[in-house]
Amino acid sequence: MSLLKLGELYKAVILEHAQQLHHHGQLPDVPGLTLNNPTCGDVIKVQLDIQDDQIQQIAFSGTGCTISQASASVMTDVLAKQSPAQAKTLIHDFSQLVMGDEIDATAKTQLGDAAVLGAVAEFPTRIRCAMLAWHAADQLLDELGGDPK
Amino acid sequence: MAMTNYRADFPILNTRINGEPLTYLDSAATSQKPQAVIDALVAYYQHDNANVHRGVYTLAAQATDQYEAVRDQVTAFINAPQRETVFFTRSTTESLNWVAQTYGEQFIGPQDEIVLTVMEHHSNLVPWQQLAIRKHAKLRYIGLTSDGQLDMDAAKRLITAKTKLVAVAETSNVLGVTNPIKALAALAHQNGAIIVVDGAQAVAHHPVDVQALDADFYAFSGHKMLAPTGIGVLYGKLDLLEQLTPAEFGGEMIDNVTQQTTTFAAIPQRFEAGTPNISGVIGLGAAITYLQQVGWSTIEAQEAQLTERLLNGLLKMDGVTVYGPHDLALHGPVVAFNLNGVHPHDVATGLDMAGVEVRAGHHCAQPLMAYLQTSATVRASVMFYNTPAEIDRLLTALAEVKEFFQS
Repeated sequence: MSLLKLGELYKAVILEHAQQLHHHGQLPDVPGLTLNNPTCGDVIKVQLDIQDDQIQQIAFSGTGCTISQASASVMTDVLAKQSPAQAKTLIHDFSQLVMGDEIDATAKTQLGDAAVLGAVAEFPTRIRCAMLAWHAADQLLDELGGDPK
Repeated sequence: MAMTNYRADFPILNTRINGEPLTYLDSAATSQKPQAVIDALVAYYQHDNANVHRGVYTLAAQATDQYEAVRDQVTAFINAPQRETVFFTRSTTESLNWVAQTYGEQFIGPQDEIVLTVMEHHSNLVPWQQLAIRKHAKLRYIGLTSDGQLDMDAAKRLITAKTKLVAVAETSNVLGVTNPIKALAALAHQNGAIIVVDGAQAVAHHPVDVQALDADFYAFSGHKMLAPTGIGVLYGKLDLLEQLTPAEFGGEMIDNVTQQTTTFAAIPQRFEAGTPNISGVIGLGAAITYLQQVGWSTIEAQEAQLTERLLNGLLKMDGVTVYGPHDLALHGPVVAFNLNGVHPHDVATGLDMAGVEVRAGHHCAQPLMAYLQTSATVRASVMFYNTPAEIDRLLTALAEVKEFFQS
């Protein structure tokens, strides 16, 4: 088998995140949103604490594959301390990236470790895994958007 | 025993996946199709295509004869007592939903009990669950023994005078076990209940005799037994079918229609409203012919040999959890497993890189996953057209995947 090819998807950064998840756990009294992946039954909950137009705290919990867990982990690094509007843009950029669309260099830089997940575009059956946490964050941002702060 | 190689009959098996030879180990999801079935579809459209049960012209008669000849073939294939007891549906799922929407709708009431097993596929669970919700009936689930077989002591406790219907898979699509349908049918009948059997994972792997099983309804799909997708079968005992109101109305199922009233056609046409999947039926006939040419003794012997290699190979590997019985004698050609600490989706992607196609997920059996305390598993399933070399490719690739994720 070509383990080389497997290494293209599971780059070191991704494996490191999967082994040492960032912002993993539950935040008490912080709004959250749970999404599941109906093909495997995996569940991810994302929580966002937004104050003063900024994501002050972010966390995720649940179970999933290496891709969905690592993707959630890098996402928490990327979205922490962003404004909800910036977060929406970053989520959109990430979505473009894993769908195989070109994004500009600035956007790629802003995505940091998450940009490595662009390799998922070569593995179409795993795009859903990579997007799960980001979809949850996106929907949660929409839900929280109307709340007076 | 030396195995006969049937790969040449299945053109798709010559393709390459990710630069590697295709190793197809997901026949429990859908089987591959032999050239004989593909040819039958082409021949039907090239020479015999017309609507059935309508035209008086020669072509329509040819199509109708072929269509009805397959009903006879299916009748013999499952040893149904009369051809009228066999009718065509879209799939196992549609067959089971049909029973829920006709028999269930007519005969299940408040406080009645429907007995299922925890190993049911969603298609033999959700229709009953939704029926129970509509009718305020109760669902009861038979659990498993510690070695992954159906707990027959629990079955004896759960199937009671309150039971109106027992729904069970003949063979589990996850655990690989074949359930004692005869004994369950006897329990159901002693208590005045009927038994509905999901045969999707059974019909392609061993002879099915619906009379010997004493099944009241028996449902299966063509696509898991070498036939095209979109064709299914439902068998029902004649005295039951005669009591049922059709679930669908329209062409083909009528006797006479006026502005205000309709009389229905006789069984089985009564339950085949609209133009059926004629080419699917023709393909199903070709699949049965092909299976019979290979023969049950060859099919069963080859699948047992492949399953043994698969099961033993997995059991020997460190860090692998195998679900269902570990005893080969109890095992059908489906093995669900996990590589400890590696998510099944990651395992399946790794195997895919080696051209090894296996299923990963909950296998449409989420209540079973919960019962087994996992969210998903990898599943490899074999058919007589697989080879020992393919099992070895899976085991080698699995060892490499393990190394990759655990190093």
